[in-house]
Parts: sequence; C-alpha cells; structure tokens
Amino acid sequence: MTSEFAVELRDVVKRFITPEGNDMAAVDHVTMQIKNGEFFSMLGSSGCGKTTSLRMVAGFEWPTEGEVYIEGKAMGHTPPFQRKVNTVFQSYALFQHMTVFQNLAFGLEMEGAKEDEIKKRVGRALEMVQLTGMDRRKPKQLSGGQQQRVALARALVKTPDVLLLDEPLGALDLKLRKEMQLELKALQQQLGITFIYVTHDQEEALTMSDRIAVMSKGKIQQLGTPVEIYERPTNKFVADFIGESNFLEGKIKSISKKEASVFVPSLNAEVVGMPISEGLVKGEEVIVSIRPEKIRIAEKDAVNQNMFRATVTNTVYIGVDTKVFVDAHGAKLKVWEQNRISRLDPKSFYTVGQEVWLMLLPENTIVLKKD
Amino acid sequence: MNPFRRSPFVIAATILVYVFLYAPIVGLVLYSFNASRANVTFEGFIPAFSDRVVMDGSMVKSSPCGPFHWYCELSKNRDVAEAAGNTLTIAFTATIISTIIGTMAALALQRYNFKMKPFSQLSLYIPIVIPEIVMGIGILTLFSQVFGWMNDTFNLVGSARLSMGIMTVTASHIAFMVPFVALVVQARLTGFDKSYEEAAMDLGANEWITFRRVTLPMILPGVLSGALLAFTLSLDDFVITFFTNGPGSTTLPIYVYGLLRRIITPQVNALSTVWIMVVFLAVLAIQILQNREQKKPS
Repeated sequence: MTSEFAVELRDVVKRFITPEGNDMAAVDHVTMQIKNGEFFSMLGSSGCGKTTSLRMVAGFEWPTEGEVYIEGKAMGHTPPFQRKVNTVFQSYALFQHMTVFQNLAFGLEMEGAKEDEIKKRVGRALEMVQLTGMDRRKPKQLSGGQQQRVALARALVKTPDVLLLDEPLGALDLKLRKEMQLELKALQQQLGITFIYVTHDQEEALTMSDRIAVMSKGKIQQLGTPVEIYERPTNKFVADFIGESNFLEGKIKSISKKEASVFVPSLNAEVVGMPISEGLVKGEEVIVSIRPEKIRIAEKDAVNQNMFRATVTNTVYIGVDTKVFVDAHGAKLKVWEQNRISRLDPKSFYTVGQEVWLMLLPENTIVLKKD
Repeated sequence: MNPFRRSPFVIAATILVYVFLYAPIVGLVLYSFNASRANVTFEGFIPAFSDRVVMDGSMVKSSPCGPFHWYCELSKNRDVAEAAGNTLTIAFTATIISTIIGTMAALALQRYNFKMKPFSQLSLYIPIVIPEIVMGIGILTLFSQVFGWMNDTFNLVGSARLSMGIMTVTASHIAFMVPFVALVVQARLTGFDKSYEEAAMDLGANEWITFRRVTLPMILPGVLSGALLAFTLSLDDFVITFFTNGPGSTTLPIYVYGLLRRIITPQVNALSTVWIMVVFLAVLAIQILQNREQKKPS
C-alpha cells in the first residue's frame, strides 16, 4: 500500500542538551507532508532545524515528541538500515578505503544482491551520473564535483523511495553548483523519486523545488511553492530572508475582503489597494513589504495613487541591475532597476540628490502582521 | 641555506645527543665480542676458531664460533629460549586483548556522552601516570589476596591451586597496556567524521557490518600504532612483570636481571644485541610498510 505522502512529519519535536546543560529544541513542533515524487526543500540558515529534521527522516536521530512517517508507516525507533530512504551527505562520506565501484556496491551487497546484478546496477548508476569508467578510482583521485556525483550515485543505486540530500552542493564552486542544480532537478524528474533537499541557499531552493519549507528557530515559517514564498511571504521573516524587501511601518486605514489601505507615517501618505493576508483588522499596526525590483522610478511628475516623492541618496551599478537608494520623507528605500539599456552614458544614471517619483504598484506590495 | 644549520651550538648539541643515545648501545654490542669472560674491560676479540673452547684463566683464546663465541653459548642456553618464548607469548596475547579493549574504550569515549565520562577519561590516565612499582605492588597484592582466598575457600590442592605465572603476568600487562592503546586510538579518532558510519547504516549495514567494513578499516592505522606501542611496552616491561611472575613465567628482562645479579658474562651482551637487532628490524619493517602505504595512490 502506498501512501499519498512519501514522508510526513507530525508535530515533531527534537530536543538536545547543549554543552552548557540547557535544554534546546532544535526542531519545535514541525508538521509537514511531502508528496510522492516531489522535490521538497527545507531552507534556512544554520541552526534552523532543517538538517535535524532531515536526520530524523533518515533515522540518525529520533524525535523527542511526534512521529515521522515514511510511506505512511510510523518510523518510531526504526534504525537507518531498515528505512527505504538514502542520504547524500554534505561531506559526501565516501568510503576512502574503497574504490568508486566498491562504494556503490556496498549498499547493494547489504541487500544481498548477486554479483552480476551488482555489476549491472552499479554500471547503470555510474552512467546516470556520467562517471562511466571511473569505477576503479579511489575517492581521493576524483575532483570535488566527481565525488559529489559518486555520493549521489551511491544513494540512487539503492533505488530508494525517498532521497535525502543534505546541502550536497555546498562544497562546489558557483558555476558547477548551478550546473548540478539543473542536473539534479532533471534527474529527479526523470526518476520520479521524492527528493528532500536541505539548503541554506535560497536561489538553489527556488531553482529546484516544487515546494519549500522556510525554517527558522526550529519552526516552519512558511511552506509553499517558490512563487508563493517569494511573491506572497506570509510574515516579515520570510519576506526578509528570501530575496530583499523594503519594509514600511503603518496602520490599516480601511480594509475590505480583498484589499487594504495603509497609512505610512514615514511617507506621510496612504498606500492604497493592497492585497491582504488573513487575520488583519482595521486600525492594526502592520508592515508594508515591497520588493526593491518591484518599485518603479518615474521621473515625470504625474498625478497618481501610490506615488511618492523621493530623493536619490546613492546608486550602485552591479551589471545586471543598478541599485538606487532613495529617501522618501525619511523612509529609506532601495530600488533595483534592471539595466535594460547600455549604461555607458553616465547621464543614464540617477544623480545623488536628484528628485524622483516612486511608484508602488499595489499588487506588488504585501501587508504583513507586525511581529 | 638555513643559518641555523651552521650554528656550532646546534652541531655540538646534535653530536652530544647522538653520543649520549648511541654510545652505550655501541659499547654493549662491542662487549658481546669480548674475549674476557669477566667482561669488566674490553680485552679484544676472540682471536681464533678451534674445535673446542680454549680458555686461559678468564680469557677465551679460541672457540668453534671464533669471535661469535658468546652468541653460540647463548644459543645453547635453554633458559634464554624459554624466557624468550614466555616474553613473546605474553606480549602477543596481551597485545591482542589490550588492543581490542583499548579500541572499544576509545570508540565509546569518542562517540557517546554519559555521566561517568570525565571519570572514565581520567581513569585511563591514572595507570600511565602512577609509578609502575606502585601498580606492580597493587597487582601483586590483589592477586595474592584473591588467590589465597580462593585456594582456601574452594580447598584447591596440587596443580589446581591458583598461583602466579604466565596468566598473571599477561593479565597485569593487559591492565597497564589498555590505557596506552586507548589514548593512541583516541588521538587518531579525533576528527573521525561520524557521517562515514551514518552513510554505511544509511546504505543498509547494521552496526556490526558498519564497524567491520567501514569504521575498522578507517581507524586501522591508529589501532595498529596503539598495538605496536603496547607490544613494545610488554616486551621490555620489567617492574610489573617482576611482581607478578612465578615459576615458569620468567621473561627476558627478568632473566637478564637474574644474570646480572650473578655474573655479567658477555653472553648478556650477546642476548641484548640480538634483542636490539630484532627490535631494529621490526621498526625498519614498519617504516617500509608505512612508506609503501603512503606511496600507493590511495
């Protein structure tokens, strides 16, 4: 019987005793359901509980409270060697005293596979990660990228229901990492295996994932698709952690089912017609969040809603974008302008002290609860 | 050119160190060829080969083995053969057992946190830092008390009576070797990434297979150097062996000490020379093995 969910964490808590003797919850009442065939990421900075959560699925740690289910079965204290999941480790953990072939064969030997079957499956796995012919090398004779592929092949050769990946690309250089991101995603789609991917790199998570759990302090801050996470963060932490955001404090002036208008004292103006999240009421102190690339700078003095006068305080050219820093009645905002045109002409930049108009499109702004 | 290397102080210090370390050994080897049986001063090599030993007072004039007279005498000495046999039996047995216990102790201390951990760690150092003679007396007291009590309680008679012998020497060697093995292995274990073991278990290996196929091969160099240290400690241990041996369990150091108390013939020097050669060859073999291991593309 297969369950709808490949992996499920139900109200899982993991407590550790710190070296100072304090009780600390590394994972604090986490519940998530990972669907079959999904590329699921846990994203957060170090110490957010993402790796501990993954290790509880692998069986290296047991929850203090709650339960981990794999394919609908409660895992309890099932040891790692009896779970049909396999892990790609951050450090790869390749057995240094074994050849590539022996590393891959190890897991199949444990299943009691016959010699010719082992040969066949190892060969196929090496082909899959494009390492055919490397089977007699020792891990130390391989480059970092190749070692990473061996670690991947060693886990995949077992044909697990779920593949767990703990920051597998962390040790690679940027270019290789980007290549591997796309390769991993393609591999996952081709194999149809559920991937649970732990990373602190938001771009990596956004690139590959079907869904992302943003974690902080042992809790899930938001769980959703990359688009939802980026475009509709549900709290200030997520809006701040994923990408960059401008935050303006304000108070709800009027609210309807779909929209709200917020008075922002630092702009000395009202931002109107913004979509709202649940649970906001009139008069509530809120935070208006706007992505820097979603603010438009209009030079012309036009009369419009949600347009505010501002002064340019600095500009930074970074190739793809020009970062424009502005001051609107004391509210410091950042605006990213894509360099759609060649900036060779110095006149194409805003000058410091220049007066501009900022346009906040209401559909690009988010009203968040103040925390 | 490093100016430090030219310094006369460094040269002098180097020479002094070598003289201090090796002059006694060179002297010891030289005296094993001494023509003088009294062996007080070096009276020259034994000059000639002959069918039988010719003596002139305490001087050996000729021998069937010529200058190697004392080595031939040594080879005829049954007590030496027995002592060497005892020494090796004890050393091998104690090394194997103490390596197993010491390695397990090191793994447990590295891997787990438990209430008595600081105490356990400290208790490893104690046998190393307390004077060997104290430990020797302690072990002697323990054995004699326990053996006496058991002999009386169970009315053991004849050969069934418990007494000092190879077993007690081996047991006491294990007792003082375990901490050395544990500390050497522990030093090698720091930085041992537990994800190797996790990877093995993740791939379906239970704890025992994980240890046999992943952990042990990876920590083997540390285990072997611990075993080697333990082996050499056992080979030349005198103090503890002195207190715990009994009839039929004389080891080489005890035997040499016994010889010295009577008369120092060059036979003792010959024995020591053979000993040094054996140890030297063993160290050389280990060095060659290690070099080959390093050169191998691993």
